[in-house]
Order: sequence, then structure tokens, then C-alpha cells
Amino acid sequence: MTGTILGAPDIGRALTRIAHEILERNEGHESLVLLGIPTRGVPLAHRLAARIAEVEPDFDAAARCGELDITMYRDDLRSQPTRSIGPTTLPAAGIDGATVVLVDDVLHTGRTIRAALDAIKDEGRPTAVQLAVLVDRGHRELPIRADFVGKNIPTSRIERVDVHVSDIDGDDAVILSGGRS
Amino acid sequence: MKHLLGTQDLSREDATLILDTTAQMAATQEREIRKLPTLRGRTVVNLFFEDSTRTRISFEAAAKRLSADVINFSAKGSSLSKGESLKDTALTLQAMGADAVVIRHWASGAADRLAQSGWMHGAVLNAGDGTHQHPTQALLDAFTMRRHLVADPDGKGLDGLTVAIVGDVLHSRVAGSNIALLKTLGANVVVVAPPTLLPFGMAAREDISVHYTLDDALDAHDLDAIMMLRVQRERMTGGGSGFFPSPEEYTRLFGLDRARMDRMPEHAIILHPGPMNRGLEISAEAADSPRSVIVEQVSNGVAVRMASLYLLLSGEEAPSE
Repeated sequence: MTGTILGAPDIGRALTRIAHEILERNEGHESLVLLGIPTRGVPLAHRLAARIAEVEPDFDAAARCGELDITMYRDDLRSQPTRSIGPTTLPAAGIDGATVVLVDDVLHTGRTIRAALDAIKDEGRPTAVQLAVLVDRGHRELPIRADFVGKNIPTSRIERVDVHVSDIDGDDAVILSGGRS
Repeated sequence: MKHLLGTQDLSREDATLILDTTAQMAATQEREIRKLPTLRGRTVVNLFFEDSTRTRISFEAAAKRLSADVINFSAKGSSLSKGESLKDTALTLQAMGADAVVIRHWASGAADRLAQSGWMHGAVLNAGDGTHQHPTQALLDAFTMRRHLVADPDGKGLDGLTVAIVGDVLHSRVAGSNIALLKTLGANVVVVAPPTLLPFGMAAREDISVHYTLDDALDAHDLDAIMMLRVQRERMTGGGSGFFPSPEEYTRLFGLDRARMDRMPEHAIILHPGPMNRGLEISAEAADSPRSVIVEQVSNGVAVRMASLYLLLSGEEAPSE
């Protein structure tokens, strides 16, 4: 099964559902902070925040959204070409005592999330950290799971999952490629 | 990038990458927890053949903030003062597993020699060699200027800015590194010095404006930044070795005081690599004015060195040649 797995309407529905699930799980939005993991987690976090604000009008989407660069916490810095470091921007109020929802496009080995948890630890002490991903493709290498999942896509290791986000790629899509034909 | 030896062979892309990375490193230094795990398990050796407190502790702080192990190796009281050659020192460091060597040496070219020799595999960072280069100082100066003078600085150079470098350009590795980097980043360079303290041929260069008094330079240019170099005492007066007649004359012709500071545009900033001779090349009024970014240069120095260590030490091990 290769090709486009999710189109723009599917992604929109998934994000709307996740936004509701986040509110349900946390019984409101008082202490919510959404942190996107670059690159594509960042626009997804902004979209989730906008959807939460549609449901809860006094949720300030812009003030509760941030981005968390995890480059300096990766465990594969020596086995990859040098990565450039991106910005980390947190809500002005910080994340102490907040419920942080990490947002990423694809959950795969779990190593990115492991790095993100370390990065969060250095930025403050949230009450809880939750994880929202658009796609869970399996093949975890660490004991990490997502709290909110857009779609579970069973894959083989040799396949590729590419998420397109309109802010970056011009369209919204989840594309599976590279498997045995 | 495998080594950081000088600014003359830094491309604009590399220089901008270092400055952009520095900005992110500087941001992490404003947090409560400033230590990052990035270089855990790597070893950085500070190899200092020449006294330097500021540069050494700046590199040491940078390496430690990135969780690298730091070994300080200074000439005084070590095998270096017993006449060990640079080669044997390098072989020793290689055997100890140094991933990077930060070298300060009184001889110009020592860092290049260490990097090209094949005596060791690690990255070499030049922390000042003789009167030749001091690249991290130039990078921290450029970062400080970009932060103050360029709007939305990420990814940008110093295009169109006019920067004056005042003082002993002949012996200053800070000036040598700065001139090359400023040209690479697109700035206009103005050099102000007594004729005795200019490198041979500089007055003839068409891409640099040379002036023999600070007043001439202030008349001729709207400066965005002025960089005062330290007057090194051993070069002042006396015997046949003096490069200018008296400290008083130097201050009169080249010192930055209140009146000269007021003649610069309002946004212009004042830099000094330190340590300052207050009352000689810079008056206390200028050094302590709100335009002075001298203290900020020190904290930016740590961030620049963190960025350099990160860029040289992370990433795939380069295949050994």
C-alpha cells in the first residue's frame, strides 16, 4: 500500500479530533501549552492550537504555542552530517506547572521524543507532558507511546512516510513510499 | 569545516552558519539550566603556550556548557616549558584521545602546523597565533555587531555597515582576523593607526580606507561600529623599539573619548577585545557608556565558542586522510 494515505480533508479531520481529545483528556485548557518539534511539528501545533481556540474561545492560541528545537539533545549527532540548530521559542509564561503537549508529524523510533523530553527538562518543570502525532508508523526503539494519534499506519522499516504541510510544502498530505512493489 | 584556523579561509556561508548557530547557543545561555548534553563524552584540550585568561576560560566555559570534558594544558610548569616540541605534544594529546585542541601560541602559524601535520586526528581551533589570526574573537565581534546593527539578523551578514578598527593593526591578530571576516561579510573597513603600526601594503589596498588620526576617520565616515584595539605596553615607547613617541600623544590622536564618541552616529556601538587600558586607547566615559558593548562581547564569546565546538565536533567522523 503506497501512495497518498491521507489527503487534506483527512488531515483536517484528524487534527480536529485530536484537538477535542486534548481538551477532553485535560478537562479544559487552563494550563495547556503546545510545543511543536521542527520542522513539521511546528505548523501542526499551531493548527491544533487554532482548533482548540475554536472550541474554547478564551484559549489564546498564539500565546500558548511554541517550538522546541531538539538538535542538541539528539543521540545520533555523531552518525549524521552536522545539523544546524533551530530556534526554541516558548510561551512567555514559561512551561513550569503547565501541561505540555508535544506535537510532531511522525512517531517512529521514539528517539526524537526522547530528545524532546530531555530538552523540556532543561527548560522548566511542566506538570505533565503528553504527545500528539499525526502519524504513528510503529517500529519503536524506546518505551514511548503517543497520547493522541491522527492515524496509525503499519509500515515496514524500509518504507518512507512523508508528511506534507501546506505552510512548508504547499499541500497537506501523508505519503507512503519506498516499499517492496 | 574540520578546523577553525583563521577567518581568511572562511566562506560567507560558513561564517553565517557559525553566527546563526551562535544566536541559538546564546539563547540557551539565558535559561536557568545552561548546560547542554550535546558534546557529552568528547574531550577538548586547551593548549596554551601563551598566557591568556580570558580566552582560555571562555573556551573552557563553552566546552563545559556543552558537557565536553576539558583538559587545560598550559606552558607554565608543564613539559612544554621543558622544551618538548609541538609534535611530541600533539602525539601526546592524540594518545590521550583529544577530540579537539584549542591552541594559543606565540608563533604565527602554529595552529595551521598542528592542523596540517597529521600528528593528530582531532579538530584544531586557533585561539590566537602570534600576530596572525584569532578567529573566534573576530566571529564574536561580528556576532555582536550583527545583533545590534542588523534587523532580523538570522542568515544575514554585515552588508553595508562601516566599521573602524583603531590602533595597533600591525601586531594585532584581532585586527587581522576582523578585517578578513568583515570583508567576507560585506562590511566597509576603515583602519585608523599610526603609520608605524600598519602592516606593509595596507595603505595601498583599495578595499580598505586608511586614516592616520581618529579625527580624520570620524570626519570621513559615518561609522556604525568602532573597535578599539589594546595598546600593548611593550610596543609603546623607549629605546629603539618604540612605535610611537608617547602614550599621551597616542591618546590625543587615537584615543576614544566623550567628544569623539559624540561625533559618531547615534546608533554606533563601541567594541574592545579587552583587556582595556582605560585612559589610553579608550576613556572611562566611552568604555562605560550605553553604546559600549564590551561586556556583552565577553558573553557572546562563550556562545561563539560553543557554536564553533558544536560545528566542529558534531556530525560524522570525517574519514581520516
